[in-house]
Amino acid sequence: MENKLIVSPSPHVHSGDSIEKNMYHVLIALIPAFLIALYVFRLEALVITVCSVLFCVGFEYLIVKYIMKKKPTVLDGSAIITGVLLAFNVPSNLPIWILALGCLFAIGVVKLSFGGLGNNIFNPAIAGRIFLLISFPAQMTTWPVTAVAEATDAVSSATVLGNIKYAPEILPSLQQMFLGFEAGSLGEMSVIAILLGLIYLLWKRVITWHIPFSIFATVAIFTGIIYIFNPIPLYNPLIHIFSGGLMLGAVFMATDYVTSPMTKKGMIIYGCGIGFVTVAIRLWGAYPEGVSFAILLMNAFTPLINNYTSPKRFGEVVKNG
Amino acid sequence: MLKTFRIGGIHPKENKISAGKAIQKIDIPEQVIIPLSQHIGAPCQPIVKKGDKVKVGTQIGKSVGYVSANIHSPVSGTVQKIDTALDSSGYKRDAVFIKTEGDEWEDTIDRSNNIKREFNLSSEEILEKISKAGIVGMGGATFPTHVKLTPPPGTKAEVLIINGVECEPYLTSDHALMLEKTEEILVGTTIVMKALKVDKAIIGIENNKKDAISRFRELIKSYPNISVEELKVQYPQGGEKQLIDSLIRRQVPSGSLPISVGAVVQNVGSIYAIYEAVQKNKPLVERVVTVTGKDVKLPMNILARVGIPLSNLIEKAGGLPETTGKIVSGGPMMGKAIASVEIPVTKGTSGILIIPTLEAKRKAMRDCIRCSKCISVCPMGLNPTLLMNLTEYEVWDRAETNHITDCIECGSCSYTCPSNRPLLDYIKLGKGRVNTIIRARKN
Amino acid sequence: MSVLLTAVATLGAIGAGSAAILYMVGQKFKVEEDPRIQEVQDSLPAANCGGCGFPGCASFAAACVKAETMDDLFCPVGGQTTMDRVAEILGQKAPVAVKKIAVVRCSGTCESRPRTNLYDGVSNCTIASDLYGGDTGCSFGCLGLGDCVDSCTFDAIHINPVTMLPEVVEDKCTACGACVKACPKDIIELRKQGPKSRRIYVSCVNEDKGGVAKKACEVACIGCTKCQQVCPFEAITIENNLAFIIDDKCRLCRKCVPVCPTNSILELNFPPKKDKPGTQKEETVTITA
Repeated sequence: MENKLIVSPSPHVHSGDSIEKNMYHVLIALIPAFLIALYVFRLEALVITVCSVLFCVGFEYLIVKYIMKKKPTVLDGSAIITGVLLAFNVPSNLPIWILALGCLFAIGVVKLSFGGLGNNIFNPAIAGRIFLLISFPAQMTTWPVTAVAEATDAVSSATVLGNIKYAPEILPSLQQMFLGFEAGSLGEMSVIAILLGLIYLLWKRVITWHIPFSIFATVAIFTGIIYIFNPIPLYNPLIHIFSGGLMLGAVFMATDYVTSPMTKKGMIIYGCGIGFVTVAIRLWGAYPEGVSFAILLMNAFTPLINNYTSPKRFGEVVKNG
Repeated sequence: MLKTFRIGGIHPKENKISAGKAIQKIDIPEQVIIPLSQHIGAPCQPIVKKGDKVKVGTQIGKSVGYVSANIHSPVSGTVQKIDTALDSSGYKRDAVFIKTEGDEWEDTIDRSNNIKREFNLSSEEILEKISKAGIVGMGGATFPTHVKLTPPPGTKAEVLIINGVECEPYLTSDHALMLEKTEEILVGTTIVMKALKVDKAIIGIENNKKDAISRFRELIKSYPNISVEELKVQYPQGGEKQLIDSLIRRQVPSGSLPISVGAVVQNVGSIYAIYEAVQKNKPLVERVVTVTGKDVKLPMNILARVGIPLSNLIEKAGGLPETTGKIVSGGPMMGKAIASVEIPVTKGTSGILIIPTLEAKRKAMRDCIRCSKCISVCPMGLNPTLLMNLTEYEVWDRAETNHITDCIECGSCSYTCPSNRPLLDYIKLGKGRVNTIIRARKN
Repeated sequence: MSVLLTAVATLGAIGAGSAAILYMVGQKFKVEEDPRIQEVQDSLPAANCGGCGFPGCASFAAACVKAETMDDLFCPVGGQTTMDRVAEILGQKAPVAVKKIAVVRCSGTCESRPRTNLYDGVSNCTIASDLYGGDTGCSFGCLGLGDCVDSCTFDAIHINPVTMLPEVVEDKCTACGACVKACPKDIIELRKQGPKSRRIYVSCVNEDKGGVAKKACEVACIGCTKCQQVCPFEAITIENNLAFIIDDKCRLCRKCVPVCPTNSILELNFPPKKDKPGTQKEETVTITA
């Protein structure tokens, strides 16, 4: 035989799954939300998203190549996702230079300084957003009047969650929020677009239901209990689920593989933690929105959760019959 | 809803190319090499010497120790030498070399094709016959069958489970056997039920073998204590513990044998061998081997004597394709890649799979992205990525408390990993180390 | 002002209280330890390599203090000087140890030992050797995947990219034995470093019969016994078709080297030989003397 036989340990077949496939599935799932953002914010949305992706990919390429001196792996899709998610988490009129700073922080500090994809502790997009929110609070919380809202003569430049605390009389209807034309960051516009993405991710088995649903359930139950005793909009569970970054965070950012727990039990603990912290910040905190802080906090707990939860073993509970 | 096991599992592409192909015969070459270790446990002691004449069925190797199995000559001829020969792992082991002369069988062996249904033997007599015939688990594990059919003191078997799952992709040897030797397998099952003193047997078959299921269902009417169960296709359902869970919803606890939940599992191949041993006095000297692969010209099932080189079987199936990159003895999930085709067929050779070069190479390993897919698919409910890391950093105590020894080496984790991480390679290594540590502690 | 005073007073009180508790707890749970253990430990190299047979330097130090004689205790990293110092601390005498070094007993380079198949798995010798005999015809030889390199804490062993065999850096090797344990094929052995690093050993571990071994590898020991016959000191044994030079008996006469038909006996760091075989004998004697 001319060619030498290849010898390797079993198994000798592979599912063909890859990092790229998972990442591109996530990007596909982000398309509906992006289309809504395009419709609402027109060109601004496109500019912010494209710039953000270019910054993230560019910074990753440069840092990996010239500082870490490794082969750049920008095409694995993770930097693109970070770029898109970061863009989705900022107002559409954010100055580009601020956005660039956020991308540099997200990619350079949060992701690559830990060793790159798979080794980071915090979700880069979330950490990038919080970095911007703390550094540039004014720019990060001034939302433009949306094109659609202008056409319908409604003027709202604070988010739903901003109004809920300080001006509960000018809330949009739930239906409006579900379709998504209230003020806010790029990607958190439409609940239904994000739900479409969620369905796609579940269908493609990129994520499991555990994290998003435990977040929804915790938020709904927590605010629901208060709402029973004090039925004002501030405590309305539906408003809490449909507004702000909760949907986006629960579906796309809390489910980030690298920074979320690995066992099913752990995922539920993590999801409940996020839900709980989010509601606590929203109701009693200084910020109107708490999803990103909640995710960041629970990211920090992920290693601990991983350490203390283990999967359900075969034969652990012997059920006969 | 069809039954299947409850934790983990994958569904790789079935690729059963040789399904439904009749079992072919193959000529016996001039020389055969019979390894003296074809089973788990102590190798046999040769009881023939150079120049001895042997017939088909003459015992040539005597089992030593409790876990061991006799070996018989698969051909008639003269013993040339007892020397070392390459085994499937490329190490040299003792083997008997026999020069073939004609095809003369031992007189006691009934070579007719008639199905002999009646038997009048006690449990002990059956076990004795099985032990003498050198029968081993033919699903691939090659554990001596008589040992498995002797429950340890204090335990009692309640149900016999017949493994007709053949969950490995590509392989069809059990399938072919079930189609052609259906009634023999049922007789074999009643024999084993007698040996175990159980009155219930279940044959589990995945529903990608509908023809085999209906064949059994036709014939089963005259065997009231045997039932046939259609199972959902799911890998690794052929694993003993998984099959028991699928069929009777009982989970064998960690570190225990199936008998602890009252079950004994036997592969259909072994059952057929038991039938032949008990009813026809025929020792285990041949078995069905699937020769398959995407570029193989004539994928087929071959009834091959032990000791025939794999190259002869490949030749029969149309020769080695030019695209050959890897040759696997067994199925693609748990089979062993071999470095040479000159190694002989043994009792545990269930198939020869020829993988084209394009599919043979592993992809480069990447960093773990903690997607936890390996955890989801692990049929034993383990944490493969953690176990791999613990092995890499040699943290044996934590590997043990995370039940590394429960691993059944099915390969579902490595199969699934999007980062192409060699999870199973490391887990096997760690499992071996931890087992050594546990054994050392006990002594 | 009073606020300041209160703060200082409170903090001071808390500090003093904590210190008192710490002191009491420290006294209560104080472990009486032989002070010499620390002293011995300080004189050790602190490599924690395990070469002495103990888990680390601390436990080796404890063992030294406890032991009655130092005959069985040796720190391969620190060597004789360290052991002398330890012996001094303990008021004992360290036995004179022979300096050893790791040798790789395989010369099967890519050229002399052709590859027969392609290993496509993790670069880990133990995993590969659990799987099969290796990617050459020799199932005993070096796999070249570098478990020894990974095990070495002193950066003293490297895989030569041309031969794909490990090479020991003499100055760095401390004979800690980590690579010996790491090698799944038992190829690496600790041998006497020899005067001026001169040593002779059989660089092969193949136990196959001569013909089989030679077919797989040009430089394999074929067990022909020529070296055994020529050795004046009975320093060579042959078992399982494999020659082995016993360290303690070998007097480095080099007679076995030229008779080996496969060049599997290696001599290191000797001056180049004279051509005349007659004079060679004289010279080897002067070297060994």
